[in-house]
Amino acid sequence: MQKLLLLGDEAIAQGALDGGISGIYAYPGTPSTEITEYVQASNFAKENNIHSDWSVNEKTAMEAGLGMSYAGKRAMVCMKHVGLNVAADAFINSSITGVNGGLIVVSADDPSMHSSQNEQDSRFYGNFAMIPMLEPVNQQEAYEMAYYGYELSEKYKLPVLLRITTRLAHSRAGVETLEQKPQNDISLPSNLTQFVLLPSIARKQYKILLSNQASIEAASEESIFNKYIDGSDKKLGIITTGIAYNYLMENFQDKELKHPVLKIGQYPIPRKQVNKMLKECDKVLVIEEGYPVVEEMLKGYQEAGTPIIGRLDGTLPRDGELNPNLVANALGFETVLDGTIPELVKNRPPSMCVGCGHIDAYNALNEALIPYGVGRVFSDIGCYTLGALPPYNAVNSCVDMGASITMAKGAADAGMIGVVAVIGDSTFTHSGITGLIDCVSENTPVTIIISDNFTTGMTGGQDSKALGKIEDICEGVGVHPDHIRVFKPLKKNMEEMVQIMKEELEYNGVSVIIPRRQCVQTMKNKKLAEQLINLNLK
Amino acid sequence: MKTDIILAGVGGQGILSIAATIGMSALHNNLHLKQAEVHGMSQRGGAVQSNMRISDKPISSDLIPMGEADIILSVEPMESLRYLPYLKKGGWLVTNTTPFININNYPEIEEVLAEIKKQKNHISLDADSIAAEIGSKRSSNIVMLGAATPFFDISFESFEEGIRQIFARKGEDIINVNIQALRAGRDFTEKNR
Repeated sequence: MQKLLLLGDEAIAQGALDGGISGIYAYPGTPSTEITEYVQASNFAKENNIHSDWSVNEKTAMEAGLGMSYAGKRAMVCMKHVGLNVAADAFINSSITGVNGGLIVVSADDPSMHSSQNEQDSRFYGNFAMIPMLEPVNQQEAYEMAYYGYELSEKYKLPVLLRITTRLAHSRAGVETLEQKPQNDISLPSNLTQFVLLPSIARKQYKILLSNQASIEAASEESIFNKYIDGSDKKLGIITTGIAYNYLMENFQDKELKHPVLKIGQYPIPRKQVNKMLKECDKVLVIEEGYPVVEEMLKGYQEAGTPIIGRLDGTLPRDGELNPNLVANALGFETVLDGTIPELVKNRPPSMCVGCGHIDAYNALNEALIPYGVGRVFSDIGCYTLGALPPYNAVNSCVDMGASITMAKGAADAGMIGVVAVIGDSTFTHSGITGLIDCVSENTPVTIIISDNFTTGMTGGQDSKALGKIEDICEGVGVHPDHIRVFKPLKKNMEEMVQIMKEELEYNGVSVIIPRRQCVQTMKNKKLAEQLINLNLK
Repeated sequence: MKTDIILAGVGGQGILSIAATIGMSALHNNLHLKQAEVHGMSQRGGAVQSNMRISDKPISSDLIPMGEADIILSVEPMESLRYLPYLKKGGWLVTNTTPFININNYPEIEEVLAEIKKQKNHISLDADSIAAEIGSKRSSNIVMLGAATPFFDISFESFEEGIRQIFARKGEDIINVNIQALRAGRDFTEKNR
């Protein structure tokens, strides 16, 4: 046993390594990225041949993880909450196939949308899939849940969803590790048809999943991660999930907590313990990070008619991340503040880096689009989304990974002219290629700018699966080589860039323009520098 | 003992290296530690902060409640003011005076510094100049950490040990210049508090 100082994300990775994984599969996404990066940097993982390369997107990651599980080995699949939407087809069906080797899916939610398009709660997916779910209270539990989750998964032959939120993902604390477990040997599933979801088999498998529900609920009643802490003051009972427990306890540093508390870390929620609280207490406050998932469920659990308060009645805010002060308000405690923010303090929104190639590309695009007017640029998810902000005001959409090309197609189909899509290299391979095929198959008049900086920039410079392949991919799916145009986005090339853009905007078909220059954040990356030389891109 | 610190700055200014050094120093003293960071989109030139909590007892929340921070340690003057609602009565505001201007409506620096001076307990220093004087411009963060060390319940030697561990792989010269930076920051506070 050793003590390590780890981010919540890193604790999960260490728990998975100690729990005997043979591979981790993921696409970078804040706040989940550091889980996979930790395994990539681990000497232990290298020595033991543990797979950790990035996947092209969350769906391929989920499927590869399921494949490793099929082969009898333990796998982890990681993503941010919206990544689970991309992986949802495979994820939901993995609960029907069941697993062979243990499979943990980590989804990192981002309440308050620090770095996301929404604050959806992954626990809905866990409930939807009807699988066991774990939600750690701190870094130590994050480690233990990853470690213990494999036993849970193999015991019930189901994938396990491990749900965390930003605050735990990106907060560091001491973690004590457990004994290192060996990897599983290769083994076939005991039932060789269980993964064949033909309707006749899927119906059987679904019945197995349904019949498993009572036992996974019983497992929650017994779980060390669910704790009923009795109290004498039954006027109020308090249910917390995950890190919300910390915000509750922060308010009782120097006073005694007399109310009964049910701390939930494993789902399905322990019905007996919940009913005990509903029966014994006059009122129940539910404190949970994210959507009011447990609060809504409790309303359906009602036997005693106990009032339930939380995010739905305004005791806590309906949206956004929790903090100790919001919980203090919910408990009726007053917060006295000494200081206020002086008026002269100005907002400092995130912005593209000085010297970023996206900036030059946008300056050229804005100029080339003058004859067409504003409002016709569909963009995507990455640093270049910041082009929506002043002074550029260059893009008009950011919806989901890959939506730039397909929304541009829809607008062009509607008859809009001068329609442009702006997408990054990594997002293009994540989910842009299929949309490009749609455009090519109808020769839709769209100009697609693939702003290539050789990396997944926004999440911190991870590998891009598009490296050195973009022209080949575009030509391969049918874009005419004359309309694949590459230039280096630099101020001194402005005239050339604008000219190329104008020509392609006028072309009545699919054009791909590739402004290509290395991300300034990756200049110190030696491995990338070598790759660029080998690919003749330097 | 318990020390709650808000570390403030702009994405890319390197407040996490300060956090890492404090973390090492706390571990050196077998203290409990929680440190929440900002990663992702907000890192790109936006306002960033890190909540750092050190205690001899287990710590509950990763976030510091408003009105309870003992120290705001900021590497940028305007950013130091953004977190005032977190500072407790009698807490210390320790800030660099060199502005990081990447927005076009940045207030007049004199007004920002005047606002800082309104705080009863404040230390403001030009860490960039001090770092340049000792011949290591990149050590201004460590100068700032040094300036905050008198307000911790952790010995100065522990911070020096933290520096040695954080910079261990970079060699003796880098360690020494950073210890020098740490001392220069502390000396400024000792003379001006």
